[in-house]
Amino acid sequence: MKNLKTVIGIGVIAVASFFVIAADHIDAPAVKGGSSDITDFYAFRGQNTDNMVFVANIQGLLSPSATSSAKFAEDVLIEFNIDNTGDNVEDLVIQAISKNGKMYFFGPVAPAQTGLNSTIQYTSTIGGVVDITPYGTNAKISTNGGMSFFAGPRDDPFFFDFAQYSAIIAGTATGGFNNPGADTFAGTNVLSIVVEVPKSMIAGSGTTINTWVESKRK
Amino acid sequence: MKNIHKIKVLTVAVAVSLFAFNCSNDDDDNMNNAPDFSGTYSQEDQMGRPAINTVFVSAASKDMFNVTIPSAQGAAFQSMFQTNLKALSPAYANPGDKNALGLDAAAFTGLLATDVLTVALDKPTTFYDGTNVLTGRNLADDVITVELILIFGGETGLTMSENPTLSNDNVNANDKPFLPSFPYLASPW
Repeated sequence: MKNLKTVIGIGVIAVASFFVIAADHIDAPAVKGGSSDITDFYAFRGQNTDNMVFVANIQGLLSPSATSSAKFAEDVLIEFNIDNTGDNVEDLVIQAISKNGKMYFFGPVAPAQTGLNSTIQYTSTIGGVVDITPYGTNAKISTNGGMSFFAGPRDDPFFFDFAQYSAIIAGTATGGFNNPGADTFAGTNVLSIVVEVPKSMIAGSGTTINTWVESKRK
Repeated sequence: MKNIHKIKVLTVAVAVSLFAFNCSNDDDDNMNNAPDFSGTYSQEDQMGRPAINTVFVSAASKDMFNVTIPSAQGAAFQSMFQTNLKALSPAYANPGDKNALGLDAAAFTGLLATDVLTVALDKPTTFYDGTNVLTGRNLADDVITVELILIFGGETGLTMSENPTLSNDNVNANDKPFLPSFPYLASPW
């Protein structure tokens, strides 16, 4: 809730309890605004089209003044899940977890167990580590084994006139959306984890995968 | 030993954890400094497609949705999704109503209730570009407008929406340009 309070004048608090829509920002009572609150998930082909990029954003609606003190929690695992057999059960995971200013990545690797509980696959020989980029400095990137890694604050890439949608749902904007609309997420930041992976480490050519991201706390 | 140590220094920035846990007899120093990642981590949040939990899950069930594995979500939540979709949008009010993908309320919510992002490895990535549908999610994809069209637009949502003032929020791009190369996301404000 602390982060929310920094976004003044857009009515988030007033409408959040009634009907929240954002990408996944503040989506549920147990996680909203906290260190495990996933705001967004992206998966797309990289600049090198032989690679796939996975992005997890957490801790949304950070004002610039709140961003420098925003931290990845060391007891929170961010886990990218990849199902390459079509049953919506993860066959591979990429795990990201921070420690002492660095983000450690393990995988893509088969998880020890699927589902709601995870152990860190730190014996994996695939992965890497990157210094977490401090606010106000250039992006720190590392590469290892064909993979690239980043962790740190970024502009929230999500865009949506959330305020007007909320007004519509609340019944106070019978005319619908405005044109042009106003991006409620303009000027706000998130904490991002970005990993680029050769497709060959994910699935065979021509495969359509199912993928999702989870946050898990020790 | 000396050469091994040099190699370790060069690569420690990108691979300290790998060396640390693949500890041979030469790697005792790193082994001692290895972070402790033991223990069990339990799920709190999850997400596949944008805005699914926030739009289609009733308030009292949002936490439960986040701790239901995707392979069990369809059976647990499709019915709730369908009820909420029909309450939200007049485009599904009549029997046989469909959206621009040709999906009626049951079929559309059956697709959405399993909250995973489908990604075609060999196709251009897009949420929807007029040709490809759900081949992934790019940073610049206007996912909200696509979802609004599928929720409110009706059968002809792509060209002539049944609810035109509800089918586009008229925010079509991010407030900062994305980067052409890694890490792709724009620097923070």
